[in-house]
Amino acid sequence: MAKLKPIIIAKNLSKIYKTDIIETIALNNVSFEINEGEFVAIMGPSGSGKSTLMHILGALDKPTSGEYILDGKNVEKLSDDELSEIRNKKIGFIFQAFNLLPRTTTLQNVMLPMAYAGVPKEEREKTAERLLKMVGLSDRLHHTSNQISGGQQQRVAIARSLVLNPAMILADEPTGNIASSQADEVMSIFEKLNDQGHTIVMITHEPDIAQHAKRIIFIRDGKIVQDSVNKNRHTAASIKKEVDKHD
Amino acid sequence: MIEFWELIKESVRTLRLNKMRTGLAILGIVIGIGSVIALISIGQSSQKSVTDRITSLGTNLVTVSPSYQSSGMVRGSSVQKTLTLADAQALENASLSAVKSISPEYSGRLQIIAGDNNTNTSVYGVKSTYSSIHNIQVSGGRFINDSDYNSTAHVVVLGPSVVEDLYGSSSYNPIGETIRIDGKNFTIIGVTVAKGTSSSSSADEAVYVPLSTAQKQLFGVTYLTSIAVEATSSEVIIQAQNQVGYFLLARHKISDPTSADFRVRSSEEMLSTATSVTSTFTSLLSGVAAISLIVGGIGIMNIMLVTVTERTREIGLRKALGAKKKTIVTQFLTESIILTFSGGILGVIIGVVTAYGYAKINSSTFTISISSVLLAFAVSVGIGVIFGWYPAKKAASLQPIEALRYE
Repeated sequence: MAKLKPIIIAKNLSKIYKTDIIETIALNNVSFEINEGEFVAIMGPSGSGKSTLMHILGALDKPTSGEYILDGKNVEKLSDDELSEIRNKKIGFIFQAFNLLPRTTTLQNVMLPMAYAGVPKEEREKTAERLLKMVGLSDRLHHTSNQISGGQQQRVAIARSLVLNPAMILADEPTGNIASSQADEVMSIFEKLNDQGHTIVMITHEPDIAQHAKRIIFIRDGKIVQDSVNKNRHTAASIKKEVDKHD
Repeated sequence: MIEFWELIKESVRTLRLNKMRTGLAILGIVIGIGSVIALISIGQSSQKSVTDRITSLGTNLVTVSPSYQSSGMVRGSSVQKTLTLADAQALENASLSAVKSISPEYSGRLQIIAGDNNTNTSVYGVKSTYSSIHNIQVSGGRFINDSDYNSTAHVVVLGPSVVEDLYGSSSYNPIGETIRIDGKNFTIIGVTVAKGTSSSSSADEAVYVPLSTAQKQLFGVTYLTSIAVEATSSEVIIQAQNQVGYFLLARHKISDPTSADFRVRSSEEMLSTATSVTSTFTSLLSGVAAISLIVGGIGIMNIMLVTVTERTREIGLRKALGAKKKTIVTQFLTESIILTFSGGILGVIIGVVTAYGYAKINSSTFTISISSVLLAFAVSVGIGVIFGWYPAKKAASLQPIEALRYE
């Protein structure tokens, strides 16, 4: 078997928040690796440090100590602008609150990261249209983000995350703000993307959602308490079968 | 990097999302630039009209007027009697190289009556040389000549404003009629051409009589109020000034020029004095306008700061998606420059219209210099950069994680 290419190497990551009086350890010596093509769910209760971990993995924040190598690049040594570039090219962000630009069309929203990467306009438009079609929103290209539903907004965000073919898709509670029927739709897109070879890292506190992943990392009090292959994986297809059986 | 036009389009779109606020932000700049343009133009046109008026008095003119002796004399009498007809005669006979002609003058105010109408105006006692030295032309009849002077004739030439005052219309032809000056009858022999454009020039309000008549019959004096000297050309005006000055010093037996009992001034001097006064006035006005421009700039900064705070989330998102500091700075600077630039355009339009309206109302000449318009544009863009810089910098230095968390 060929050696898998590691996308994420986290070595002894710690994050300590200091105020005048107290020191809060949000992450305590966390080490793990994520390889290309994996679909990982990072789970934990609130306050477990999973958001902090997500920020570090997303190159939005730097660890207090430890090493984080993203697709061969040591993030720790990079400047603000270099971090912007890393986020732009290597990470496809999907946020709980969708974070689309308000009063801006879906097409423009999807095109935005490509503008920062310096992609010519025609190509931007072509790519954005193709990806919006893939998430089933070809008929919503010129709707602004406040004219479409939460599920649709999240699908726009997924399209946006894919435009520069990132090394990994980093999703923070991707279904936290949308109705459950639409959540299934979003998860089935994730599965499809993973089948196509995309690496997906998803942070969630919902066990149902985490069950869609192939590997689940549990984290509590800033430490990894369990890291295992998801043996009873629920795919969107299997759930549908289950539901049909009961009808 | 996003292309230039896209950046402009995006900024305009963002600014249009909040029209009220954008409008108010622009207003400060509009008022600032508008007042700078209008006030500079008004200053320049008033400078031009002052200059024109002085030029119309004669360009190669040197005026000798009596002055107080500075040798401890008490400033008692209101009229100095140091300048006499003999001085003028001597100047004429000296035939100084830079001097073309001499006009001795005596002026004072007197009551003039024509029928039921009367007016109080300046009466000039002059010789025939007066008209050429002061650029006086007659529209009808003739001016005072040498035989009038020699015969102490009771003849008078009226300024057009005086004709209007006495006969109700400046187009009335009064030549041949008799008026009373200080109770004595004078025959009107001519009317001068109007010199002033709208606001009446002093020459238009004057009446002219022979100098001999004025001195002996009307005022009972032997001295002069001024001697006008015409230089042979404008190049030798300083020379003429000096020649006349030293000649009179010698004649009055005064060795120290600082204690001279007369003053010699050239029209050029008067011109430069007037010019410096009006330009001081112009810069004062521009200074006031510049202050309002700065206030406008602060308004822009205020609005941009509010915008940055309001759009913290958006900025965080943009940075998360790959926007670099430079990109964010450019975006915000572009917005503030568009604000100030469009304010500048509106301001120039309003300023030009205001200046034009002012010129129309005062029927003065309307002047607008391209340089002041260009300056206004440069200043408005500069203000956009200067006052947009801090908010843009603040936006760019937001950490994406803090910004995304911001509600």
